[in-house]
Amino acid sequence: MDILIAVAILGILSLIAEIFNLRKAIVPVTVIGLIAVLGHAVYKAMYGTTLLNWELDESQYFNMVQSTKYGLAFSSLFILLTIFLVTLSADFHKNHQPKISDFVAIKLFLLTGAIAMVTFGNMAMFFLGIEILSISLYVLAASEPKNVKSNEAGMKYFLMGAFASGILLFGIALIYGATGTFDIPTIMSLNNANLPSWYTIGSVLIAIGLLFKIAAVPFHFWAPDVYEGSPALTTATMSTLAKVAAMASFFKLITSLNPHLPGFLTTINIVAVLSMIVGNLIALRQINVKRMLAFSGIAHAGYMMLAFQFLDYTNAQANLFYYAAAYALAGIAAFAVVLSVCGNKGNEEIYNFNGLGKTNPLLAGILTCALLSMAGIPIFSGFFAKFFLFDQVLDKGRLILVIFAVISSIISVGYYFKLILAMYTKESTEEVQPVPVAYTTVAVASIALNIIIGLVPSFVMSLVR
Amino acid sequence: MENILQQVGIDNYIYLSTLLFCVGIFGVLYRRNAIVMFMSIEIMLNAVNLLLVAFSTYHQDAAGQVFVFFSMAVAAAEVAVGLAILVAVYRNHNGIDIDNLKKLKG
Repeated sequence: MDILIAVAILGILSLIAEIFNLRKAIVPVTVIGLIAVLGHAVYKAMYGTTLLNWELDESQYFNMVQSTKYGLAFSSLFILLTIFLVTLSADFHKNHQPKISDFVAIKLFLLTGAIAMVTFGNMAMFFLGIEILSISLYVLAASEPKNVKSNEAGMKYFLMGAFASGILLFGIALIYGATGTFDIPTIMSLNNANLPSWYTIGSVLIAIGLLFKIAAVPFHFWAPDVYEGSPALTTATMSTLAKVAAMASFFKLITSLNPHLPGFLTTINIVAVLSMIVGNLIALRQINVKRMLAFSGIAHAGYMMLAFQFLDYTNAQANLFYYAAAYALAGIAAFAVVLSVCGNKGNEEIYNFNGLGKTNPLLAGILTCALLSMAGIPIFSGFFAKFFLFDQVLDKGRLILVIFAVISSIISVGYYFKLILAMYTKESTEEVQPVPVAYTTVAVASIALNIIIGLVPSFVMSLVR
Repeated sequence: MENILQQVGIDNYIYLSTLLFCVGIFGVLYRRNAIVMFMSIEIMLNAVNLLLVAFSTYHQDAAGQVFVFFSMAVAAAEVAVGLAILVAVYRNHNGIDIDNLKKLKG
């Protein structure tokens, strides 16, 4: 609860700073504030208390928010990602300097929504969280009103998102009808064998609504268009923060609702396998980097859904968290490079990256590391994340899932290497452009964190366990 | 109110809401005018509100009606953003037909 309030206050402060003409201070102050909140969240996740022994009594807020280790760990990850995204936004919105406070404030409110989505203790909080996240993203996706592509992306995302929210809300209403409460602990304590059939229908509708949000096959068709059309920084937000948040809350919700439906897990598994295969196969023939990363994100949603085998084990939560952290950090690093290479070119085709290995070896190296981490090549945390996840699926005796997952990660190496080869084997056609310091800093920091969590997986997992 | 609910039966409320919800879904899927699609989404959300209120009376519990306020507020915010996007689309395309939006393909 305290984290949620602190982040919301930071968002309001950055709106107020606009009134007092303190635009230059917005980004640094926000980043410092977020680092403080991050320290607080990590400390709370590790030791269970706060540094100053100052805590809000959550029962006074009708258990709207539950600060479980799972929720706190994911909140810390979201705050870290937002720090990177806010740092990037100062240079990205250079041409819209007067609007910088809006962009930063919307990102902070988006973070509020994401935190509410993983720490909710009540359906109302969950619904508000997912809507705050989505509405902020609609605004960000359409935030270049003169750009036809951004219009189209915003409109498509809005229609799909609102449609999915409607389905989700219908599911919540049916679950309320079956149980008579919105409180998650109460719902968990009910024996759901005796509940009316609306309960199962409601759970399925909620699952469909969330599958839309995480863009899993067959509900993925909006993702490539929206990712391609949105401004690049918004694409980075969607493919890291929003995807991980939706995935974490999907896991938490399915674990708490625990629908005893024959074939529910099988359906989830089929969706996971389809997402991996379809995402990776279609990504092979993309020439736009943002679109390629969109399909790669669909495939990664599939991998993350493998964690759903073990609905009630803390190991599954730890594995999901580790995978999410590895994927999101690699994604931020990749997008920081994409921003600095394609920043003012108006398109993100692969040929923009030709010869980057010679003109800017540092950025090329970082992008290579990020892509190798996503593909699951050792020493990067992406490999260990996949390893732990597949290991647990094997423990459950579901060999066939692991076979599909490994085959699709081999396919994925194909398109990641297409980009890497373009950087190192082709000649550059354009003159070198200066890269803003913020982009390089963020790229280096996130790829360094990615490698570090690959070296100490036990620390990252102990945040959740 | 309780009496009416008993006479009509909670099942019929569920059927009515589901029907309205499906009207909304088919509106989104088949109509190509953005404004009509927005209206269809509103029908979907209002069908849910009706269901929540019916369940609230059925359970004798106020939480459902409070939830309706949340969902109405959220729907208002959502439509405000949606109409803003629509205005931007109209300025660039001189129309609000969804079929005009097909620049992104791959």
